[in-house]
This record gives sequence, C-alpha cells and structure tokens, in this order.
Amino acid sequence: MVPISWYLVLSAVLFAIGVAGVLLRRNLIVMFMAIELMLNAVNLSFVAFARQLGNEDGQVIVFFVMAVAAAEAGVGLAIFIQLFRARETLNADEVTTLRW
Amino acid sequence: MGIDVAIACGKAVFMILLVLQVMALGVFFERKVSAVIQDRIGANRASIFGFAGLGLINTLVADPVKFLLKEDVTPAGADRFLHFLAPVIAVVPAVAAFAVIPFGDVLEAGGRTITLQAAQLNVGVLYVLAMASFGVYGVVLAGWASNNRWSLLGGIRGSAQMISYEIAMGLALIGVVLTYGTLDLQSMVRQQGHLLWGWLPAWGILYQPFAFVLFLVAGVAESKRIPFDLPESESELVSGYFTEYSGAKHLMFMMADFVEVVLVAALITTFFFGGWQIPFLEADGFHVFGRVFALPAAWIVVPLLQVTSFLVKCVFFTFFQIVVRWTLPRFRYDQLMKLGWQGLLPLGLVNVMATAGIILAWGTTA
Amino acid sequence: MNALVFLVLAALTIAAAVAVVTNRNPVYSALALVSTLALMSCFFVGLEAYLVWALQLVVYAGAIVVLFLFVIMLLNVQRDERALPGPGTVVAVAGGAGLLALGVALAAIRTPFAGMPAVGEGYGSPEHLAHRLFTDYLVPFEITSLLLLVAIVGAVVLGKRRI
Repeated sequence: MVPISWYLVLSAVLFAIGVAGVLLRRNLIVMFMAIELMLNAVNLSFVAFARQLGNEDGQVIVFFVMAVAAAEAGVGLAIFIQLFRARETLNADEVTTLRW
Repeated sequence: MGIDVAIACGKAVFMILLVLQVMALGVFFERKVSAVIQDRIGANRASIFGFAGLGLINTLVADPVKFLLKEDVTPAGADRFLHFLAPVIAVVPAVAAFAVIPFGDVLEAGGRTITLQAAQLNVGVLYVLAMASFGVYGVVLAGWASNNRWSLLGGIRGSAQMISYEIAMGLALIGVVLTYGTLDLQSMVRQQGHLLWGWLPAWGILYQPFAFVLFLVAGVAESKRIPFDLPESESELVSGYFTEYSGAKHLMFMMADFVEVVLVAALITTFFFGGWQIPFLEADGFHVFGRVFALPAAWIVVPLLQVTSFLVKCVFFTFFQIVVRWTLPRFRYDQLMKLGWQGLLPLGLVNVMATAGIILAWGTTA
Repeated sequence: MNALVFLVLAALTIAAAVAVVTNRNPVYSALALVSTLALMSCFFVGLEAYLVWALQLVVYAGAIVVLFLFVIMLLNVQRDERALPGPGTVVAVAGGAGLLALGVALAAIRTPFAGMPAVGEGYGSPEHLAHRLFTDYLVPFEITSLLLLVAIVGAVVLGKRRI
C-alpha cells in the first residue's frame, strides 16, 4: 500500500505544472487546459485524503468539483468563441484593451 | 496468484475472440443479407480451389487480405501522427467495452468459482458509457487529421451526433439501473433469471420496454449506422470522416463500425433480453414446472449452454441491425439532431421519472 | 496499489502533464490532457474510489476534453510557433512553481500520517456515494444542478452569433 504522502506529492507536482502552464502559455485554450490540470491535481488530493480518513466525503467533493469544472469549461469555451469572433485571436497578449 | 492472472487473461482473450468472430459474422451477414434484401446474390466470386463457400471466402478471406495489401496513403499536409492514431482510438474503446459484458454465470472448476465476466466492476454501466465517450476521439481526430474539408465535416457531424446520443443512451440506461438497483451487468443478468407467474422469464424488456426502444435507437445512432449514418454517408460526403484512409486503417474503421454493432447487440441482450439466461435453466439442469431434467456434467454443460444462448441473442441483434441498415433511408442531419435532443432526451427523462414513480409505488424487482 | 505501479504511473502522468503545457500544437495538448486524465483515473482505482474513476473517464476525459477539441477545431487554432516565452521567464516561473510544489511536498512528507485504514466492502461504491450525496450533501447537490442549468443556458446564449 502506498503511503498517502506519495499521492500528495504527486498532486503538488501536477498542480505546480498547471500553475506554470497558466503563467507561461499565451494561448487561451492551453491556459484553460492547464487550469483543468490544476483542478485534477486537487481532485487527487481530495480522494487520497478521503481514503486516509476512511470515509467518502472527499469523493463527494470531487463529484462537485467535476460538475463545476464541466460548467466552467462550457461557459469558458463559449466566451472564447465570442472573443475569437470579435478579435480574430486567442492570444492572451492581444486582448489587453482593458489594461491600463 | 499466477492461476488467477491466467484465468483473467483467458477470459479477456475469450471475450476478444468472441467479439471478433461475431464481428466477422456480421460482415458476412452484411454482404449476404443486403444481397437477399436487394434481390441479388452478393459477393461470391472469390474462391480457393473452386470452393467459394457461399461468399464466405470472399468476405472473410479475400476482403481482409485485399485491405491489408493496399497501399497506405497519408494525404499531403495531413498530420501524420494523428492520421495514424485515429483508427486506433476508434477501435480500442469499442473492443474494451466488452470487458464488463457477462457471457455466462459461473464456471466451477478445480475448486474455483470463476465468474464468466472479464472484469467484475461495480460500476459496469458507467464503464460502458466511458468507452462510448472515448470512441468520439477516433472520429473527430480522423476528420481533423485528414486535411480534407469533407472529412472534417464528416468528423464534426459524427462526433456531435455521438455525444448527443450518448446522453439518450445514458438516460435509457438510468431506467434500467433503477429497475435492477445496481450498476453491475452480471448482477443485472442474474436478476433476470427468475420466472414471473411460474412461466414468463423476467427479462428486462418486460420491465423497461420503453427504455429498450430508446436504447436501440440511441445505440444505432451512436454507432453511426443507417438510418443515422450521415457522418459517413456514401452518397454525400464520399466516405465522410474516413475518406482519406486506405488499406489497413480503413479496415480498422470498418472493424470499429462492426464491433460497435456487436457491442450494441450485446448490451441490448444483457439489459433487456436476459443476457446468458435460458428460461427454465438452473445450475444443475432444466426445472420445468416442478420437474427437474438434470444435465450430465452440469458444471461444464450449463455454462456452455449459457454462452451459446448469449451468442445466439447477440447474433440475432446484429442481424437485426444489419436488416435495419438495408431497409431504411438515412435521416437528414438536422432531423437526426432534433430526434436526439428534442425527442429521445425528453422521452428518456419521462421514462426515468415514470420508472422511479412505479418503483416507489410497487417496490423494485427481484 | 503497490509502489512500483505507482511510480510508473506517476512518471507517465507527469510526462503527460508537461506535454499538455509545453506542446505547440493545441490538438496535441488536448490529447496529452486526455492521457493525463486517464492516467489519473488509475490512481483513483488504487485509492478504491471506483465511482470517481468512472466519473473521471465519462465526464472529464469523455466530455470536457471533447468540448475542448471541438472548439479548437471550430476556431482552427493553429500551431503556436512561439509557444513559450524566453528562457529567462521560463526558468523563473518553473522555479517558482517548483518551489510551490516543494513546499507542499515537504509539508506532506513531514506530517506524521498514520497508515491507511482498512475500509469496508462497499467503499467508494455508487451506493455509498449516493447515500452521502442525498443526505449530508443534498443542498450542494441541488445548487450544483442549478449551476449546471445556468451554465447550459449561458453557453448557448454566448455561443450565438448575435446575442
């Protein structure tokens, strides 16, 4: 049986990769994928802790995280489509009109 | 430990071989049944030393050899890796979905009780839906990677259709899950074993006839067979999403098509027609109205009978889907999507609510 | 789940995650994301969370990433020739993220966790999770269903050509 700390370390590494992805990439869709990666890393943590504590609360939270991620993906991608229609670009550096 | 692994591998290999044999039978039926329906003879020219075997040699030997020896063309400007990957992603989930389909009750040999199901998952139904979802990637990648606007159109149409009808399939299955109270397919089949009023086998179709119709329609749409085959419509999009595929890759797409036909047939058998159950057959022989006809060597004969019954039902529904294919014209794409979203989805919801109401009022089955 | 299986799967998952973030072609990133999600579902099996495993495959790998692929193809998103900024920025951000991971990892390793307890037969099964969902977590469940409805309506409206 693998101790829980291994799962938590893996979760932390995946989360860090996701953070790096959001900060480094400029393509909006790939940034969004990195956000999904972060959400998954957190899911892994929740399930690991649920197993550690012997109850299923963590798994129920993961259920909700998945539902929210699905909703967020749907609305976010619809926003990207509108953005693309308006600006012809999906590069985060080219949609900076509201910046100071 | 080693024996357990060997048994698990044996079940998996058996299931894969079963799928491939029924699929091959399906391909043969396709040629011959279509011929009979269209009042012609069908492919019967290829022969080995004069033996043409009713067209078996043509369909099962000459055709695959032809496909495998054809030149494998990747169109210019296409994404080579994705072009190569798409047929693989199309076939593998379809075959993998058979892991949870039970083909018999138990085999008691050498002191072990072997459940005749390759993977005993307590979330079997969700696994099947997951494998159906993975099949979408093969279609969409095939359309995208071909660098061809008709392929892309076919791919987008195909994947939109598949994800729409997955929902209808899922809703039909919720009614079935409510009826049996479990997501495990083997448990569902076992619950279909008892007899209602002493003579009627309690198969799923008696409990969920509406879900049967919904699932049949959604399953045929999911596997993109006529009347729902607009993504690969031969008269409109050349070959739709697999236009640019030749040789072995084309064979793999056709294989995926037929494996999905067999999958839908196997699922209908499992959920609605008792799976491997034979009416009146118990573990030691036939129990008919109180009289017991014991079978010799029941430990091996009864599982064999059950596997045979499963195969017969599977082949029957494969045959049924093939007959439907050669009988009906195809839907227009907007009609197809309208049927999925505005027809099957509300009907599926009504079925779920009605089933839930009936279960509250009269209790579950078995 | 024994240690060797865990290490192999973890190495593959991390490789796939790095591929998601660094690949120039968004379609390849999406495929790498599917691989990552499928590999992570293996860890859920190891943690005996069977329903979550199935849901991960059906919802995440089977629906959300298909949606990503659709949008990528609809908008014909091309290969990024300059996917990552200059090496200085990459090292700085990677270093920062690495420090974050290191901090959490050290906290996880230093905490004296007990061994994992044995759990009963139906742990992680749909029945148990359904029981928790419909008793203790009923209000979040209902709110989530409302959220999904709002998201569907919002996505349909936002996807129109003329709102």
